[in-house]
Amino acid sequence: MGKKSIIPFGPQHPVLPEPIHLDLVVEDEVVLEATPQIGFIHRGLERLVQTKDYNQFIYVAERICGICAFGHSMGYAETIERLMGVEVPKRAEYLRVIWHELSRVHSHILWLGLAADAFGHEALFMHCWRLRERVLDLFEKTTGGRVIFSVVKVGGVQRDIDKSMLSEFLHVLDGIKDEYEQICKAFLDEPSVRNRTYGVGVIPHEEALSLSMVGPFARASAVNYDVRMLGNGAYGDLSDFRPILSDNCDCYARMEVRAAEVPQSIEIIRELASKIPDGDIAVPVKGSPAIGSEACNVLEQPRGECYYFAKGNGTKYLDRMRMRTPTSQNLAGMAVALKGCDVADVNMIVLTIDPCISCTER
Amino acid sequence: MGVFKLGKMTFGSLFKKPETVLYPVQTKEQPAGLKGHIELDAKACILCGMCDRSCATGCITVDKQARTWSIDRFQCVQCGYCITVCPKKCLSMDPNYAPASTVHASDVVEVPEQDKPVKAEKVQATEKPAEKPKAAEREPEPAKAAETAVEKTRDDVLEAKIALLDEEKAAKVRAALAAR
Ligand code: SF4
Ligand code: SF4
Repeated sequence: MGKKSIIPFGPQHPVLPEPIHLDLVVEDEVVLEATPQIGFIHRGLERLVQTKDYNQFIYVAERICGICAFGHSMGYAETIERLMGVEVPKRAEYLRVIWHELSRVHSHILWLGLAADAFGHEALFMHCWRLRERVLDLFEKTTGGRVIFSVVKVGGVQRDIDKSMLSEFLHVLDGIKDEYEQICKAFLDEPSVRNRTYGVGVIPHEEALSLSMVGPFARASAVNYDVRMLGNGAYGDLSDFRPILSDNCDCYARMEVRAAEVPQSIEIIRELASKIPDGDIAVPVKGSPAIGSEACNVLEQPRGECYYFAKGNGTKYLDRMRMRTPTSQNLAGMAVALKGCDVADVNMIVLTIDPCISCTER
Repeated sequence: MGVFKLGKMTFGSLFKKPETVLYPVQTKEQPAGLKGHIELDAKACILCGMCDRSCATGCITVDKQARTWSIDRFQCVQCGYCITVCPKKCLSMDPNYAPASTVHASDVVEVPEQDKPVKAEKVQATEKPAEKPKAAEREPEPAKAAETAVEKTRDDVLEAKIALLDEEKAAKVRAALAAR
């Protein structure tokens, strides 16, 4: 029997794009316990809601995280619209969902690239980022930004996407889909990838439920929950939406689920682009949220359910803005997955859970 | 073996044109709607200060006395909110990025006198009350215009604001004001 020792993992580590610290209690090569610790990039953005008015805060909200930027501005705007009882035009709802699904595509491709890089497949990493670049180009053409878009506003969206641009969307996404499927096949069928991820970092279905895990990581443990199936906004007009599930509960299942979500998002964009109604893209919003009014909202971010809560106080400044981000739900699951794994598997497990620390700490 | 799984894609890339460009010799085409930098049409500006008050990063400064409109390009995040609030629609987003600079200075634009000064005056007058709450929320800063009349109404607004706070906070704010 070896002696117990503690290995610090992060906040600076090659597999971590963002800073999180893990205290790994190890005996021989086996992790007995892992304690995640966050707090390295807290910026106090929720507090800013008291000094920026509800229109200005949208630009703060989208800076919470560079990957889910669009999702945060959309989730925040929807919360404020509920708070003030604003009805958003249908076309704006469709445009929001199209952009949001597009950001899911870029987030998942980015993650696949990072995962491939961690496995040592540098060429795959380059291919993934080449594909992602095309998605960012679409964003740049339609919103004017590549990472931060500033295109959502309370009451609708700032810019429209015309018919020819929508067909360009579909054309580009078709090209991406083909290449993406080749990349996924090459990556997921690769024996070295399978050997390192099969049966590793298992989060049993019951654990995933009791720890309230969300997003693709919960769905990989057969938790049938995806906010999109609640049918908020334009999601309600989809003819059919079924969450992608897997019941293997291991690292491989998590990669498979995420990989399959990209074609699903592309299908959603295709369907909405064919159904998008004509009309206004925004309604004017006047006044301030009433004293004591409260509203909440959920949105499926690339990493899972994100919950928003806002409280008005009769002025244009909000009393409180609270977000519960997907990673804060999933960190507990990560600690479970790390228990009993080999030290060499830690980076695989962390990567397949893909913690987004900027969102978590705000 | 998975070695040749990507062979087709990698082999194909040998005959395609490169995905990257040789910057700075070549540059990528910029889409028309790119968020480059904020441009002011000085002839149309009425110096109402709406953009100054609504910018979340506080990078625009409108000086009515000197008739200048200035922007700190290092602070601007190209959100475009100022464009949506400008009553004269004289702000626009230029698709070219602001050039790099070695000194941290604001770009200052001189705003020429309007053809109809009467109208401009009127807008300024109606805008005044909206400016006061901002002065009250901000960190204590030296009042720009020391006109007594303006000062007095500003005090009233402050009083009204303080009255909304709870007692402990109100006492603190009063103490801070007295110290100023
Ligand atoms: S809001 Fe428009 S008109 Fe008013 S000061 Fe700014 S640029 Fe000039
Ligand atoms: S674009 Fe945004 S940050 Fe820049 S000046 Fe306008 S409001 Fe301020």
